[in-house]
Amino acid sequence: MNPPAALLFNKLPMLLAVRVEPAMAYPRTFGPAVDPITRLGWGLGIISLLVIVIIGVLLLGGVLRKRVASSAADPHQLAVRRDAGGMAWIYVGGGISALVLVACMAWTLLVMAEVTKLPSTPALTVQVTASQWWWSLRYLNAKPSNIFTTANEIHIPVGQPVRFELASADVIHSFWIPQLAGKMDVIPGQTNVMWLQADQPGTYRGQCAAYCGRQHAHMDLFIVADTAQDFAAWQDGQLTETIVPATEENRRGERIFQTHCAVCHTIRGMNPAGILGPNLSHLMTRSTIAAGLLANTPGNLASWIANPESVKPGTRMPAQILSGPDLAAVTSYLNTLH
Amino acid sequence: MAVIETDRAPIIARATDDSPSSATLRQSWEGRPGVGGWLATVDHKEIGKRYVVTAFIFLIIGGLEALALRVQLARPNQTLLTPEQYSQLFTMHGVTMIFLYALPVLSGFSNYLWPLLLGSRDMAFPRLNALSYWVFLFAGIFLYSSFVVGKGPDDGWFNYVPYASLAYNPGPNIDVYALGMVLLGISTTVGSMNFIVTLAHTRAPGMSINRVPILVWGTLTASVGNLFAVPAVSLAFFMLWMDRQVGTHFFDSTAGGQPLLWQHLFWMFGHPWVYAIVLPAMGIVSDALPTFCRRPLVGYTAVALATVTTMVLGFGVWVHHMFASGLPILSLSFFGAASMVIVIPSAVAVFAWIATIWTGRPVFTAAFLYFAGFVLLFVIGGVSGFMTAAVPLDWQLTRTYFVVAHLHYVIIGINVFPVVGGVYYWFPKVTGRLMNEALGKWSFWVMFSGFNVAFFPMHILGLLGMPRRIYTYASGLGWGTTNLIVTIGAFVFATGILLFFINIFLSLKRGKPASANPWDAASLEWSTSSPPPAYNFAVIPIVASRYPLWEDRMDEGAGRSSVGAGMLLDRGRETIGTTLLDAEPDVILKMPGDSYAPLLMALTMTAAFVALLLHSRWGFGIAAVVTVLTSIGWLWPERSLMQIETGHD
Repeated sequence: MNPPAALLFNKLPMLLAVRVEPAMAYPRTFGPAVDPITRLGWGLGIISLLVIVIIGVLLLGGVLRKRVASSAADPHQLAVRRDAGGMAWIYVGGGISALVLVACMAWTLLVMAEVTKLPSTPALTVQVTASQWWWSLRYLNAKPSNIFTTANEIHIPVGQPVRFELASADVIHSFWIPQLAGKMDVIPGQTNVMWLQADQPGTYRGQCAAYCGRQHAHMDLFIVADTAQDFAAWQDGQLTETIVPATEENRRGERIFQTHCAVCHTIRGMNPAGILGPNLSHLMTRSTIAAGLLANTPGNLASWIANPESVKPGTRMPAQILSGPDLAAVTSYLNTLH
Repeated sequence: MAVIETDRAPIIARATDDSPSSATLRQSWEGRPGVGGWLATVDHKEIGKRYVVTAFIFLIIGGLEALALRVQLARPNQTLLTPEQYSQLFTMHGVTMIFLYALPVLSGFSNYLWPLLLGSRDMAFPRLNALSYWVFLFAGIFLYSSFVVGKGPDDGWFNYVPYASLAYNPGPNIDVYALGMVLLGISTTVGSMNFIVTLAHTRAPGMSINRVPILVWGTLTASVGNLFAVPAVSLAFFMLWMDRQVGTHFFDSTAGGQPLLWQHLFWMFGHPWVYAIVLPAMGIVSDALPTFCRRPLVGYTAVALATVTTMVLGFGVWVHHMFASGLPILSLSFFGAASMVIVIPSAVAVFAWIATIWTGRPVFTAAFLYFAGFVLLFVIGGVSGFMTAAVPLDWQLTRTYFVVAHLHYVIIGINVFPVVGGVYYWFPKVTGRLMNEALGKWSFWVMFSGFNVAFFPMHILGLLGMPRRIYTYASGLGWGTTNLIVTIGAFVFATGILLFFINIFLSLKRGKPASANPWDAASLEWSTSSPPPAYNFAVIPIVASRYPLWEDRMDEGAGRSSVGAGMLLDRGRETIGTTLLDAEPDVILKMPGDSYAPLLMALTMTAAFVALLLHSRWGFGIAAVVTVLTSIGWLWPERSLMQIETGHD
């Protein structure tokens, strides 16, 4: 695409500071790991449509040119006297196809080289571990105390490349945020590496793209591209230890959490550290629960804890037998995790 | 089975179905009446019809499954189907359409047509032919056995591990799929061998390799491909079954196994298989379209070579199903480029068809509409395949509805449309009655418009980011309206298929009687009566060109085929064996007659697989022993086949 058109398609929304809605459509994308692919897609798509139109016109022309009603056909008349002719169609058609093909192949290889190469040192590396049916996110740091773990909602600084290391805890999944990067499968026994960069602040939606079992449909993830200040603030927030609850109700909620939830879940600074379920540190900074299925509201949280199976049939999270007041206490406690 | 008789030369004579020799032939070739005869028959026409009917029944079952899926997806957040039901339905839909409809229906066409196209009296191995059908039928029933009790295969038709392994999928679901596929592989393999030998040695004298119809090239190519491809998938499924039931760890990454090994083995089979289910269908078009264009196919040699080239390339592209699996970029580039190169033989075929239409004089029959419509659908499925061959673009497109759209354009466009067109074309030959043309044109337009309304918008859904295999989706993602349109289109398409079946039933009873050659076509099957007698041809024809029935009207060479006079071969079940390339007469083949052995063998083999499924060692042992005994009985020398020395008379 030439520079003015590129500006129109890629830079204009940024100049106007249009907020990106969380959506999966990728005819317009927002980062250097995917924009060349998007241009390739438009190019090959337009070529493909042209081919369909040209063949359609040729076909229709051939059909209508000399057709006779089937009833009127002289049963003993052939259209030609010799099994020859028409080969020019194959030579010309095949030749043009081959030329277009070689050009497209070259373009494809160039795009592949462009998007697989990191533009600069990544701002950070996130280890993603996919499980049925949620995403664990571990933010690496040279300083071990600055490593932290969260789930399903990936904050990144806008305009900077971020590296991802993808691993699976169980079956094959596929990591896909269409507006920022193509898919990369998450395969047990190997670590796949990819990178992406968001050129515009906002929330980008993603979803597991490889069939991974009953709740494959509900394994969403989000990338939130923050400005440098917002990202730093978020990161600092994630690194703070959880404060001891202030009220008796919430302290009771914390105890219930430790007896009922901590086998699988953990909260930064808490022992023991369950790792089977999402790390719930700073849960209230996330906008959804159950991997994008529900908005993170106190009501949704309570009904999810009380009966996860009715919300997400097949989920690995067992239902908790809690009395009404206990459920209220633990929900109230979780609501303090800012 | 066939055996050589060396001590006589065939009598060359002129004969029709009314000649005394034909009465003898009828006696030799017609099966016994009644249920016993029905179960024992080895007549390729009977087996071909059974293949087609069985495949169509599976098409209807798979279609109903698809409609259930489409109702579930018509609106966001629907709860018609549970996630378990949805996953079994989409898996069985794929398994049914790909394994139990798409190849078997073409095997049916080829089984019925090959000896007629080739001027022979049967396939090379009639009893293997029967075995191939029975095993297919039983494997189909086997694959459905757990689905009917709600435990069907549920990991998609490509069944990726480790979700298909015991740890994540403990029920019988995947065992049934694994064993069923190994069983079905036996059917495919013996069927393929039969086609290859039939092509090599039972063509009419003079039908040299450059004179066989393109359908024969297509099925031959598919058969050779299957012989190389099926072992990979049989092995993969057997290894998976061992991982699950014997405790091996081929695919288990926690014990040094490799999940990607499954994908390689599956797609080494899977991609050539895609060509196996389209190349014979493309052959149907290449043979039948020229009849309605009133001229020979443009570029016969180019199209035949394109057929073979496609399959050869098809063995070097399997990784394009795995572009997002983290393989090295260099190898992805190779497989991407190889996938794109397939455009070239495809373009050769497309331009050959267009040139045939353009330089011919199209006759607007229902069959012609299906073939002409097919060309457009082929191109749409082709260009979307070309887009997914571009590796980085595929990282976006793969596993979305774009791929679902692509594969349906390929499989419905290139398999179902030619098959339905082929039924309109050969129905009078098979039944002796013409199908209703007006209803046929209606069925085409309803199918064609329904198909495009159902599947073209799926490309858009893919570009809007909808992944495949999700049982529901949230509102607010912009997928609702398009999904509703797709569902409506699916029902219109199903209505078109229904009209087609209604036409078959009406025409079977009330269709206009058909002459031997109602379309004035050029190939040998149209030289015998409609329907053909049990012995196919009163005399084995002698062939001098690609278009034996059009020769007199074309200025091609001096040689003339002979269909009224030829080899009589009326001493029992006989046909002529010819040489590989030039089809010079070589030997008189004594063909085996009806037998229960194929049915019995298929039953005992199926019993062995059932025993494996039920973990019954005794059952498996008994079934295996009976299978061996059956094969001994099958191979027992027979006097009529001259497998026993009778001395000189």
